Amino acid sequence: MLGTLFGGRAEVNMGQVRVLVGTRKGAFIITSDGARRDWKIDGPHFGGWEIMHVKGSPVDPDRIYAAQWTDWHGQVVQRSDDGGRSWEPVGNEFAYRGQTGTHQWYDGTPHPWEFKRVWHFEPSHQDADTLFAGVEDAALFRSNDGGATWTELAGLRTHSSGQDWMPGAGGMCLHTILIDPANPRRMYVAISAAGAFRTDDGGETWHVATGGLSSNFLPEPEAKIGHCVHRLAMHPSRPDTVFMQKHWDVCRTDNAGEMWTEVSGNLPSDFGFPIIVHAHEPETIYVVPIHSDAEHYPPEGKLRVYRSRTGGNEWEALTKGLPQQDCYVNVLRDAMATDTLDSCGIYFGTTGGQVYASADSGDSWQALAENLPAVLSVEVQTLS
Amino acid sequence: MTVTVALPVHLRTLAQLDGDVEVEVDGRSTIAAVLDAIESRFPVLRGTIREHGTARRRAFIRFFACGRDLSHEPPETPLPPEVASGNEVFYVVGAIAGG
Repeated sequence: MLGTLFGGRAEVNMGQVRVLVGTRKGAFIITSDGARRDWKIDGPHFGGWEIMHVKGSPVDPDRIYAAQWTDWHGQVVQRSDDGGRSWEPVGNEFAYRGQTGTHQWYDGTPHPWEFKRVWHFEPSHQDADTLFAGVEDAALFRSNDGGATWTELAGLRTHSSGQDWMPGAGGMCLHTILIDPANPRRMYVAISAAGAFRTDDGGETWHVATGGLSSNFLPEPEAKIGHCVHRLAMHPSRPDTVFMQKHWDVCRTDNAGEMWTEVSGNLPSDFGFPIIVHAHEPETIYVVPIHSDAEHYPPEGKLRVYRSRTGGNEWEALTKGLPQQDCYVNVLRDAMATDTLDSCGIYFGTTGGQVYASADSGDSWQALAENLPAVLSVEVQTLS
Repeated sequence: MTVTVALPVHLRTLAQLDGDVEVEVDGRSTIAAVLDAIESRFPVLRGTIREHGTARRRAFIRFFACGRDLSHEPPETPLPPEVASGNEVFYVVGAIAGG
């Protein structure tokens, strides 16, 4: 392995990092070596389009999928086979299977399911040509041919509770897909504002996974359906333990969503969007508190990531290198990720167009980019 | 017949076009036939002008030709003779909106 020289010191190159950034006006790919001090920005790819999500295959890191969308032209799906240097549009037809049915509209009336866009891609851990798409209006699709064609896993949308699902302000989106890497038949999904669901049979049937959740805005706060789940996160070594950032409340479950416990603890606000788990420490989690559901910016104008090394309840603010005054950006649900280098890197993007990274588990931060369009998603690939 | 079509910039990029495109339209001389021909020649544009399944015009897309807004005309509306003869361009236009 070659050594590289930074600041007069010889260091071992511990691999490379590729940060995949989706923004409101295109995608950007930001790369560095394992030292994670010097970064190169490549882009915009698909300039002018909203890039909801960009994610690489765990099987073949050069295979990357991008969800490209505008109000004008709808959905386009892009695939790269060379690490994002070139792209090929693939299949963009997402047709609901069978009878479409209705869900609730904002005013409580029945509203037919209508495909709008892809929010999230989740590539398989076993096969580079297989991936899942979470879409609006909420449904889960699967492709087995690298995105050329898509088939709905209709058991989710046709769940007996489906007619009661309703959109949040951002639309009725399926935004989170977690796959147990050791057992791909076990998956979790989250839908705003329906809740969380789990399958143990590869997506044929689904269980509501909201036991113990409470949302004060619901007529019945402990109802099974209607919770506005903003994000789920899971460490691959503990598929029964899932962490949740909800509209309000940070929660965890240790029995696959049968029962959740609030772990907001000493957070300055338990409202927020992203939540992630440290790559090597299954009980170390991160959130970015936002002042409230009415004011989507950090409390006191200070951009603070909060870390818990105890799986919740006890939180510490991480501020070194982050703006601590006059900061009023937001961090969206898909805009935070980790790398898997020995010293775990933490990354997030803001609605102000900044991308921040920490090479030391959040102790200190640097800006990789400061003037991008509003960041919608951040994913990180750790390359050997 | 050969029809000249102007596409919005994002669709030209998707279709890897530098400018207007000429498409061969067989049989029907209608709006739908022109769009069918575009989608047949450039499959990447399927779903970006008309919705999959219903073939409805996307809400932020408009069709113009010979100074007329054809957006609300039924798909089987005959093309203006000047477009069918290749003397005028069929415009696919994105709505002015956004930020």
